[in-house]
Amino acid sequence: MARRGSVWAAAVRTPVGACSAVLLAGVVLLAVLAPLLWGDAAAAIDTDAIGQGPSGAHWFGTDSLGRDLFFRTLVATRLSVGLAVLATAIGVGVGVLLGTLPSVLPRWAGRLLTAAVNVAVAFPGLLLALFLAVIFGVGTQGAVLAIAFAVAPAFARLVQTLSASVAGRDFIAAARVSGVGRIRLLARHVLPNIGEPLVVNATIGAGSALLAFAGLSFLGIGVQAPDYDWGRLLREGLDGIYVNPVAALGPCVAVVLAGLAFNLVGETVAGVVGVRTRASRRAAGPLPAPRPAAVAEPADDAVLVVENLQVAFPGPSGWTVPVRGVSFSVRPGEAIGVVGESGSGKSLTALAVSRLIETPGVVTADRLEFAGTPLAAASDRELGTSLAMVFQDPMTSFNPARRVGRQLAEVSEQHHGLSRRAAFARAIDRLTAVRVPAAARRARQYPHEFSGGMRQRAMIGMGLMGQPKLIIADEPTTALDVTVQRQVLRLLARTREAEGAAILLISHDIAVVSQTCERMLVMYAGRVVEDLPTGSPAQHPYTRALLATTVDLGTDRDEPLAVIPGRPPEPDQVPDGCAFADRCPLASERCRTEDPVLEPTADAHRVACWHPQVSVLSGRSQEEGAA
Amino acid sequence: MTTAAAPAGLRGSPWPAFAARRLARFAVSLWALLTAAFLMIHLVPGDPVRASLGLTAPAELVAAKRAELGLDDPLWVQYGHYVRGLLSGDFGTSMASGQPVAQVIGDRLPSTLQLAVLAFAVVVVVAVPVGVCFAVLTRGGRRRGAELGFTSVSVFLAAIPEFLVAVGLVALLAVGLGWFPVAGSDDVSAYVLPVAALAVGPAAVLSRMVRVELLSVLGADFVRTARAKRLPARLVYVRHALPNALTATLTLGGLMLTGMVAGTVLVENVFAWPGLGSTIVASILQKDYPLVQGIVLVYGVGVLLVNLLVDVVLGLLDPRSAIREA
Repeated sequence: MARRGSVWAAAVRTPVGACSAVLLAGVVLLAVLAPLLWGDAAAAIDTDAIGQGPSGAHWFGTDSLGRDLFFRTLVATRLSVGLAVLATAIGVGVGVLLGTLPSVLPRWAGRLLTAAVNVAVAFPGLLLALFLAVIFGVGTQGAVLAIAFAVAPAFARLVQTLSASVAGRDFIAAARVSGVGRIRLLARHVLPNIGEPLVVNATIGAGSALLAFAGLSFLGIGVQAPDYDWGRLLREGLDGIYVNPVAALGPCVAVVLAGLAFNLVGETVAGVVGVRTRASRRAAGPLPAPRPAAVAEPADDAVLVVENLQVAFPGPSGWTVPVRGVSFSVRPGEAIGVVGESGSGKSLTALAVSRLIETPGVVTADRLEFAGTPLAAASDRELGTSLAMVFQDPMTSFNPARRVGRQLAEVSEQHHGLSRRAAFARAIDRLTAVRVPAAARRARQYPHEFSGGMRQRAMIGMGLMGQPKLIIADEPTTALDVTVQRQVLRLLARTREAEGAAILLISHDIAVVSQTCERMLVMYAGRVVEDLPTGSPAQHPYTRALLATTVDLGTDRDEPLAVIPGRPPEPDQVPDGCAFADRCPLASERCRTEDPVLEPTADAHRVACWHPQVSVLSGRSQEEGAA
Repeated sequence: MTTAAAPAGLRGSPWPAFAARRLARFAVSLWALLTAAFLMIHLVPGDPVRASLGLTAPAELVAAKRAELGLDDPLWVQYGHYVRGLLSGDFGTSMASGQPVAQVIGDRLPSTLQLAVLAFAVVVVVAVPVGVCFAVLTRGGRRRGAELGFTSVSVFLAAIPEFLVAVGLVALLAVGLGWFPVAGSDDVSAYVLPVAALAVGPAAVLSRMVRVELLSVLGADFVRTARAKRLPARLVYVRHALPNALTATLTLGGLMLTGMVAGTVLVENVFAWPGLGSTIVASILQKDYPLVQGIVLVYGVGVLLVNLLVDVVLGLLDPRSAIREA
């Protein structure tokens, strides 16, 4: 409970909180002082100034007895706010009673009460208040009770929900075990712990009660003459709205301001209670300059050329750079695998080279070319027809609200200018090509009627609506079971042969990559640390460790599974030197201070390491790589 | 989700159980409503007939009226009469006008329904495009200024109750500029202000909801797929994102409809609209209890029906909601 003071103070420190707190203080001050200061002025009858419009003497004009409406509006603050607070207090009291009784009463009575509260909560508060006003009678007292009992069910529900969440906590269980009675448990342990949200909600509730009370008085059911609150003034003002609109608008503004004051103070505190820290999303300063990361690789006819690619996102304390200078190229028809742990930047690289990173993410590169044109300048038609994407989760990558065939057909409607019918026919043809059985029927089905493997094949089919030069497959088999995984990989390989498309296969599974690809890029902490032909011996300690962790049927089950100790650095905490140094058995002083660059060490082999293991490896990992 | 998800829900078959449970709850609520309306007249302190006819009414008249209303019978006999009457469409007789309550309701209900349905339509037609626009403009933390402006304006508008909006509109557009009539429902222009007054707040709430829902859908995988197909942005938003953002919108929309039922009471009184709302207030002030009782029933049943409808539609659209309740 010591927390509450700090929470309210924290709320007041926000701009909205400060404004609403000042507003609320003003309303309360007015409620206390206005009747003392201007009570007489508001009651003074002036038969010479009956029903006048606004003037210097009477800012809001005068009513039918010549009384000053500005002063009456100010003086009415006390009754309006006071009655609203009174009604809320009674309502919260009754609500707490109704909400806690079920835990004290016999079981059947408790259930009955809960059911009654549930029925009552379904009705809008104003309807309840109207109904109750009939029972309690027209007038101030009746209206207070009506509003109190109308808000009570909502508070009862709140108390039930809150105490249910408290009841599960350890200290309640401890108290119960130590033999504390139910009533004492409630009073000493449960209620104090739900006090804070209850007070917050009561503050907001007072705002609503104020509006509801104004409503009842406006209808003539609440405060009766000669007393007056804002609702009553509004009612009287509306009658003469042609003569003096301000007479109605004045009380309107007063009600809105006071209601807002209560609401906003409550909401701000609720916000502070709920969300303790709010990250500022403003980016700090300019993008950091990329460090030199790779020696450029010669590429003449490449489908995809990536040089020094960097992907950055603005964070609360500066830029986070999950991809830090990646360089590679993909030749026509080539299959390249990208491997690495999750968070190594594989998927972001894939999204960046397919121009799918959205603001606030920023992609920079020395060269980023697809099929000979800079990616940034490539047309949507070019990318839509010759760059195919296959995403990780086939369950979520199709729009659940559209038929599969239509989702494929869209590509041709958009980029080939085909008619709906022709595009759909092509979609069926493509589904047949990726071996979706009964394609004509399947095309008319929705994604949830497809199995996971079939959806992934349909996704490949979607890429085949055009003539892909490059298929980027981001973990295409991770969400599938092993047999289906094999089918999908085989389909990718066949597609590559049939269409002459290059493949960029992102996977955390080295076995998958070595089956499908002839080259492998190993990524670590946003960089390519090794680029090697699959099967050739790894030189980077990380790649070797990664290969050692692969498991297959030949793995000796008596040996403990190989793991790489430690964790990769967070993208915003990458060290100055080699990012793998902390986990590397070979790390030297140089590794910790200087970041190695990706350099060719042998034919078609590049490594970023100060201590590459060039010697022929002995043992299992090499055979694994060749498998 | 979509209507297409319904068959999957049926196959898993939480649906019949859900429907049965939901109908049972409707029946219980309906019974509670009937009973509360019945008890109302007996909970009024003192003699309701004396209160209604006035202190000066002769004792014989009061006694005759009491007998006519059956107030001298034992409570359970009266309850029986009451329920039997309701089943045969007999809501009693107005103490003030002597008209059958059912007839008064029949006369007044259409005006109220027109108002509520029109306002609801306006809310949907305005809120969905506005919400979509601001979701698109402010996606991914873009245009912080627009986001702040939209949020503040919608919070402010949502905080003003409909009858105050109504008074403001009357003062500004009817009295100040003279564009619309102040009261009555004679021609089309008379609908503009009441409908606007009812629609402003809910439209603000709903557009905020649409924006938040759409933003979360824009982060979904299938939207990325649509972008990977290089579809034009408008197709990505309208064809792929929007239909998937409408479930939650619909739920809230339905709940707002019940709020609007209550809102009509106040707005009708501002505009002297000849609907149920102005009638119930007049009859409360006149202590015309049978009429109040009848109108309370109509409002209550309206609220219950809307709630039922929302749950059923939601269950059809998203089978998970039906399962979640089990």
